[in-house]
Order: sequence, then C-alpha cells, then structure tokens
Amino acid sequence: MSKVEFVMADESAAARSGQFGQVERQLGTVEMIWRVGAVRKTAIILVLAIAWQLYATYLNNPLLFPTLSDTFQALYRRTMDGTLPNRMWTTLKILLTGYAIGTILAAVLTVLAINTRIGTDFLETMTAMFNPLPAISLLPLALIWFGLGPASLVFVLIHSVLWAVALNTHTGFTSVSQTLRMVGANYELRGIPYVIKILIPAAFPSILTGLKIGWAFAWRTLIAAELVFGVSSGQGGLGWFIFENRNLLRIPDVFAGLLTVIIIGLFVENVIFQTIERRTIAKWGMKG
Amino acid sequence: MVAELNKIANEASAPAGTLVDVDSVTLQYKTSSLLVTATESVSFSVEQSDRFVLLGPSGCGKSTLLKAIGGYMKPTSGSIRVAGRPVVRPGADRMMVFQEFDQLPPWKTVLENVMFPLLATGRMRRREAEERARHYIDKVKLTRAIDSYPHTLSGGMKQRVAIARGMAMQPDVLLMDEPFAALDALTRRQMQDELLQLWDETRFTVIFVTHSIAEAIKISNRILLLSPHPGRVKAEVRNVDAAKSDTTEAAALEKRIHDLLFSEAVEEHSHVQG
Repeated sequence: MSKVEFVMADESAAARSGQFGQVERQLGTVEMIWRVGAVRKTAIILVLAIAWQLYATYLNNPLLFPTLSDTFQALYRRTMDGTLPNRMWTTLKILLTGYAIGTILAAVLTVLAINTRIGTDFLETMTAMFNPLPAISLLPLALIWFGLGPASLVFVLIHSVLWAVALNTHTGFTSVSQTLRMVGANYELRGIPYVIKILIPAAFPSILTGLKIGWAFAWRTLIAAELVFGVSSGQGGLGWFIFENRNLLRIPDVFAGLLTVIIIGLFVENVIFQTIERRTIAKWGMKG
Repeated sequence: MVAELNKIANEASAPAGTLVDVDSVTLQYKTSSLLVTATESVSFSVEQSDRFVLLGPSGCGKSTLLKAIGGYMKPTSGSIRVAGRPVVRPGADRMMVFQEFDQLPPWKTVLENVMFPLLATGRMRRREAEERARHYIDKVKLTRAIDSYPHTLSGGMKQRVAIARGMAMQPDVLLMDEPFAALDALTRRQMQDELLQLWDETRFTVIFVTHSIAEAIKISNRILLLSPHPGRVKAEVRNVDAAKSDTTEAAALEKRIHDLLFSEAVEEHSHVQG
C-alpha cells in the first residue's frame, strides 16, 4: 500500500500574482451615512415636515390645519408660559403612580403564581378575563367609585399595567430553562434569593417586554381618560390641554399638545427602554 | 496489566474510603401517562480521585442516576451517600456540569459566573472568591476571555467555564452529564485531553456520564456499564488506565464493551418481538 501524501499549497505564488489581499474595502461617504438608520428616518421626518408646511400654507385655514411653524410657535409659547410643563407634570405624576402600583401588584401576583398552583390558576383566570378588556372602559365605573379625581385615573392605569406585566413576567418565569433552574438549585439557592438571583434575570427579556407593553397601554389610556375628564382641583393633564384648546378653537395649541404626547411617548419608548435594553439583554445576548 | 471486567453482583460491600456510595437504587419518574423505571437496584461506589464513568445506551438511566446523585431526584428505594452524608437535595458539595450550553447564566461574565456559586453559597467573600475564580479560569486557559459574556464564547469555551465553575467550588465530587456531547469532534477531543490534564494537576473526583465508548475509555479509570430498559448494572470495568498506553489494547477493550452492550440490545429486541 502506498503512503499518505501531503501536497502543500504554494502560498508565495498566490502572493506574487497579487490576486489576494483585499479583504476589506472602505465604503463611500454617502453610502456610509445612508446606512445609518437614524439618518434615513430623520430624512423622512424632514420630508413630511416640509410637505406639512407647504400644504398648510396652501390651505391657509389655521382653524382646520395650522402650519408647522404655527404649531412650533404655539409649542414654544405654551412651554415658556409654563402651561405645557405643568400639564405634562400632572399627567406624568398620575402615570408614574399608576405604573408603579401596577408593577408592584404584578410582582406580588407572579411570585404567588410561581409558588402555588392556586396562584397560577388565579393569575391565568384573571389575565384571561381582564386582558381583553380595554382599561378605558372601566373609567365610567371608576368615576362612580372614586369620584372625579386622580384616584379614578390611577385605578384605570393599574388595570392597564397590571395584566400585561403579570402575564409577561409569568410567561418569562415559566420558560426559564430547566438547566438554569438546576444550576440555581446546585448553588443552594431557594425561595426569594432564587427568584432574585436566577428567575428574574433569566426572565428579564419577557419582563422588559411586559413593562414596555404596560407603559404603552398606560400612556394611551391616560391621555384618553384625560380627554373624557381631566380637571381635578384645577390641574388638568395633557389630554385635558388638548380638549380644552379644541373648545377654545386654538388649533395650533391642540397640535402642540399632540406633538408633546408624541415626543414623550417616543422618548420613553426609544430612549429610556432602549437604554435599559442595551445595558441588559442586548449586552447579555438574550435579545430574541 | 489487562483491564478486568467484573460482575458487580459478586462484589463484596464497599470498602472504607468510599466517597460516593450508591446502594441498590431504583429510580422511577412519571410522564403524563406512564410510570417509568429508569434504573433498577443499581449499586456502585466511587473512591476518592476516581474518574468514574457511567456508560450505556440511551434509556439506561445513566443521566437520571447522575441527577439522583446530584439530589434532583429521590430514589424510590435504595440510598445514595456522598462523603458519608445521605443525599437529600441539590448542593454545592456536588457541582454539576451539564451538556447544555445555557447552563451559564448569560447575564454574568466568565469571572462572575465562576464566582457566582462561591458567593451564592456564602462560602467566601467577594475578594477571596475572585482570587479563587481567577485561579481556576487560568487553569482552563480562559484568562483572555475573563470579562466576556457567555454568548460571545464558543461551545468549548462555555463548557470550560462550567468546568472551572465546578472545580472552583472544590466539591466532594464533580458530576458531569455528557458535557462534551454537544461539541464538534475536534473540540471534544481537545476538551477530553484538557480534562485529563486538569485531573492530573488536582486529582478531583468526577462521575462522568457518556454514551460514547471511546470517550469512556479515554476519560475513565473505572467504567460502570449499564443495560437499558430499565437501567441495570451489567459490569464494571476497572483499571481502564492499563489499556490506554496501547492502542490495540484500547481497541480490543472498546470492542469488548461494545459487544457487551450490543448483545443486550439484540436480546431486548428479540424479547420485544417474541
């Protein structure tokens, strides 16, 4: 039998022919800038803004459709005179109260649910029942129970946050891999330390999704609720600001209010939650 | 010297110095409709510094047996003792290394992962734990990746972290459940060599589950052969080291073990048909 033979490649020949070596090539400047998502999105917004300004100028009917510049002027004026910041603060105060209470209740429910079977059944039944019910539909009832005041709004907010957060957290807990659970047991972790050191970080992607959905529900619900009724002890929120200015036919101010709602929503969803995401699940490679 | 095959049934009771004592253990678990007997009346004992391999085809209950030693499962009958103490629940005196790569909490870096059990069990303060962790990470040659998160590591590197984590606890026994089964063939061989090298340095006791005969011969000094459905002890191979220096002898041993396990499979098969 003949021997095994090795034929080695002649690397110097390849190098001499000059065919190799270009592994990377710099992209053109324009191409590089266009590859940034934020640049493309800003371009879209700019085009829409120009279209708005042109159409509104052409329409020349500030009562129906004010120009962009009028809207910005209104936004600036109402910010400087303190009205908008005040309204924003009122809205955010109620929102944070409801959000915090809702999240805490969700945590309690979920911890009960992972520890007892009846807790699981309770959580599943309640989420199945209340998740399809838009929180805003409870507002009339809340007004009767808690009166015209922040308490009614907070009640509705809790309802909008609680089920989304509880459902996602519970799903997250139950889908923590068997291996990680065994690792936790191997480390002699039990009870609350086990929940804090293993379950919560392992389920964090789901928990964060729940918090995001809860936030989105709460924000939309609150603005809607404030449109229905908004004044409590002379302090209305952003929804009420929009409603009030419509009644006074100050349409640029209505647009300014809407713009504020958009800006806050964008800020929370794209700055706050994305920062949390980047520092946790993206860094850990847990982003689905 | 020739590796010897002994019928375990003829064995006298466990001698002194036994670290892990498994005494006629029967393990059963329930699926949604069945009560499955994984192992039936299995006995063996592991001495200090043994590289003890549980080998058998799928369905022989070797992983279940390891989980029982780990404390994740209660025997239906029989008893398991580690260092003289009966096993009642999972504990850090028996560190597990799993096959799955997700055994490393992804939210901790390599260093934090190795420190995690040292801190979670309250065994050490942070400073001390870090020193110990760095030492073992260095042993598995991962110092370069010490601040990396697990998702950036290759499969082999992840398993090395798991081994370093287990060894850093300096447990009575390291329980390894097919730790290299999910690796590619080249990496697997490298990991086997590294494990043996680590053993040479520290002489830890390890119980290793595998379904690969070649891996069993390479890793072990003792092999327990298990037959499937339900898992019973078929034989114990001792002094496997004697077969390692000589490739023909290793091949002969591999064939003999294969025949032992394979003949059983044929018997089972004909039994089912008949």
